[in-house]
Amino acid sequence: MESRRPTNVDTVLDASQDQSKSQPWKELGLKQDEYESIREILGRRPTSSELAMYSVMWSEHCSYKSSKIYLRQFGEKVTPEMKKDLMVGMGENAGVVDIGEGMAVTFKVESHNHPSYIEPFQGAATGVGGIVRDILTMGARPIAVMDQLRFGAPSDPDTARVVHGVVDGISFYGNCLGLPNIGGETVFDKVYQGNPLVNALAVGAMKHEDLKLAKATNAGDLVILFGARTGADGIGGVSVLASETFADGGPTKRPAVQVGDPFAEKVLIECCLELFEADVVAGIQDLGGAGISCATSELASNGGMGMRVQLQDVLLRDDSLTPEEILMSESQERMMAIVPKKSLKDFEKIVQKWEVEYSVLGEVIDEDRLYINWGDQEIVNVPPRTVAHDGPVYTRPVEYPKYQDALNASSSKSLPRAEDATELATQLLQILSSPNQADKSWITAQYDKYVMGNTALAMPDDAGMVRVNETSGLGITIATDANGKYCQLNPYEGTKQALAEAYRNVAVTGASPKAVTNCLNFGSPENPEVMWQFKEATAGLADGCMELGIPVTGGNVSFYNQTGDVAIYPTPVVGVLGVIDNVARRIPSGWQDDGNNIYLLGTTYDELDGSAWAETIHQHLGGQPPKVDLQKEKQLAELLQGAALQGLIESAHDVSEGGLAVAVAESALRFNVGARIWIEELKDRDQLDDTAALFSESQARVIVTVGREDDVKFQGLCEARGVPVLRIGVTDKESEALSIQGIAEVPLNDVRTGWAKTLPELFG
Amino acid sequence: MKIGVITYPGTLDDRDAQRAVRLAGGTPVPLWHADSDIKKVDAVVLPGGFSYGDYLRCGAIAAKAPATQEVIKLAAQGLPVLGICNGFQVLVESHLLPGGLIRNEHQHFICRDQKLRVENNQTAWTSLFEKDEEITIPLKNGEGGYIANPDTLKMLEEENRVVFRYLDLNPNGSMNDIAGLTNERGNVVGLMPHPEHAVEPGFGPDTPIAMRSGTDGLKFFQSVLKVLVNS
Repeated sequence: MESRRPTNVDTVLDASQDQSKSQPWKELGLKQDEYESIREILGRRPTSSELAMYSVMWSEHCSYKSSKIYLRQFGEKVTPEMKKDLMVGMGENAGVVDIGEGMAVTFKVESHNHPSYIEPFQGAATGVGGIVRDILTMGARPIAVMDQLRFGAPSDPDTARVVHGVVDGISFYGNCLGLPNIGGETVFDKVYQGNPLVNALAVGAMKHEDLKLAKATNAGDLVILFGARTGADGIGGVSVLASETFADGGPTKRPAVQVGDPFAEKVLIECCLELFEADVVAGIQDLGGAGISCATSELASNGGMGMRVQLQDVLLRDDSLTPEEILMSESQERMMAIVPKKSLKDFEKIVQKWEVEYSVLGEVIDEDRLYINWGDQEIVNVPPRTVAHDGPVYTRPVEYPKYQDALNASSSKSLPRAEDATELATQLLQILSSPNQADKSWITAQYDKYVMGNTALAMPDDAGMVRVNETSGLGITIATDANGKYCQLNPYEGTKQALAEAYRNVAVTGASPKAVTNCLNFGSPENPEVMWQFKEATAGLADGCMELGIPVTGGNVSFYNQTGDVAIYPTPVVGVLGVIDNVARRIPSGWQDDGNNIYLLGTTYDELDGSAWAETIHQHLGGQPPKVDLQKEKQLAELLQGAALQGLIESAHDVSEGGLAVAVAESALRFNVGARIWIEELKDRDQLDDTAALFSESQARVIVTVGREDDVKFQGLCEARGVPVLRIGVTDKESEALSIQGIAEVPLNDVRTGWAKTLPELFG
Repeated sequence: MKIGVITYPGTLDDRDAQRAVRLAGGTPVPLWHADSDIKKVDAVVLPGGFSYGDYLRCGAIAAKAPATQEVIKLAAQGLPVLGICNGFQVLVESHLLPGGLIRNEHQHFICRDQKLRVENNQTAWTSLFEKDEEITIPLKNGEGGYIANPDTLKMLEEENRVVFRYLDLNPNGSMNDIAGLTNERGNVVGLMPHPEHAVEPGFGPDTPIAMRSGTDGLKFFQSVLKVLVNS
């Protein structure tokens, strides 16, 4: 067949000779001043290939140009104590934490929001694929995934399209990779209607000595591209798609979405792990956003070296692709390895065993230059650092939002509260069956949580937990949280709250919180009011981490989440990683035994602003989110660890959205064990009315169950640690009902029916 | 006793099956799909996953693999073979077991703790179960709907070759609630649910006693070890 390979390409020579050629920098998502500074760096106009590379690498998604000045504080607001167990910090593909016994874990969460709106199935699927490859590049075997989803209003006809596509995509890709899905979040709110959020988290484990960094440090090492062939999918995904706002009536952006092949990725995972094991690679970088542009420039820049690459040696699905397209393509399931020449034979043997295609593209050179040739024509000649790391940095204007004061003034205090027991009981069932509090198993049942055989906790528990060492039982716990409503009311406090809740959700499993990752989903950074939210949120997270004494190990920023001028609520997803020395000691979230005492730990305040109650019963959002006291969270976490170690508690469940009433119902529904609950003492002690006692979302609270034989010991422990403790009920297996004294007695089956049917009715 | 576990490209539950063999007291032997040498193992497990991505009919390509071809040959001589999920699909595509497995009736992948009834305890892999014993092991599949023509179904029922039947809920639209089958001789068993995920307290399905404490799957592997020791 005749080659369709393009011959008429824009070379470095052309660029030096014809300086005045008009170039499509604007269409590629660059701003005028950015284009000017590229010309300044090169001392000439860029070639079209260079322009393509800079445009994707200097995009918001890759360069963090609007967020960088704020992200720095995660590295600055730390103590030496916090960094003690941090083996790799921010800036690499993913942070790495020492968890003891010679083991380390790496974890990270990333957004795939815009692709998932345009093409929900492939967008979500490749989101999982991308984050898993990030973990893999560190030398770790991926061991679990989680996903954090935000959809539009359930009643909107378009929501079902997105929900079905996203859940199917995660199910298709994640299940086929053989990674257990151990948890996540699903939230519905109309602010996400035109801009759903699909965040994916992956975690991997490795021995200390297996840690790898993606960099090219030795001149003469080979640059090898392997995995799937390069095609025309996902061209410019990070620039024209992820870094711009959706506008009505614009051209369809579907070609910018990648297409995933989980089988190819599964084979690639095993292949890469074998390559690491055999020690035949100096480093591996994944090709995600910005494709070959990113991998070549980052590998070279990370190692302080240069690279010479022959672009015509890239294996293609379509030989008519132009060099610019090849450089920008985001075709999935590809990796770039740096291989010492002497290891080439061994490298080839392993990739051939896995039937993975590869091609040698060039080699590492000891020169601060990235040269890319198209045949014998030079099409790229740039300092790699200017592409990968020295992109523009912006101090965007920041402005206190005009609506903020009015929003904060509109407190839920003015909302009518239930007048009698019947109304309270009705409200409880209404909240439980509302889409945000309802049973999520319609979604989670589509994910494999069993594969690998190490899952100790998974949804619907507060956090996911997997065993890392099969001999000792050493394991890790991960929880992620974000409350967009709280963050809209107060981004600083709201982000702290997300941290506090994820921290607490790790603590209730008996694990000890160790490290933090994040995925910061915001509107357009070009809107000063959004930048104010971002500034507040990052400060809240950094201050919070400092106070809790756990470091941020890495993260991801997703801007431009808005439709027209309307931004989403700030949605900073915070993930906390915990360590437990033996997963056999984990604490379940639900009740299993009869006659256990139920205790509420912590203090309840009248805090209903931004609550599930305000949303479900009154469709109201206003006021201030619940106060966060991280010292109290710390005390609580230490108490739970102590109690878990002594085996004093039978279950522990975080009290958060929906308040005490929802927490109690969830604990009962988990294993179908009922309870008798009383709230009079709570109302007296904390000066509350019924509504606040049941639905307030005060922080630093947990309900635990304790066997009668451990009662005295447990109460003593609480007193010693200064954690407020109050007995609020007793589990009752026989009754098969949830009884809240003076308010309601509902058969568990009735509670379950309403709670379980919501999602299947909406989407089933 | 050596029990081989075949890994195809795209196999996912191979390490889990190896662990199950070990916990039952056997010695797991990893086998590679491209290798027709199956290392003189005493029994073979075809584990779950998505061999070759299952982009063609599930299990269709894996059925042609050199290791599978060897297993087909030795199965005829009585080698105990257990196919789990994708392994069951491979057995069906290899014609070691009759019928076919199609997309779940509700069109979604489903992962749940599944109750089963042991209908036949006379096979190599079920001898330690009581007849009609009710067990719970995880199920996770997208294409687990068992189908067969009426004559085959009749034959399977008459010859007592339905080994497991779904209880309480048929999760994928399988005909006659069939979850697993055996061949005439009783040495080859295939089923959609995953016994290897219910072998270790703490990591299996929930039971009424405690969270994730179900180990009903262990008896599959103990059964075959007992049969092998006695033979």
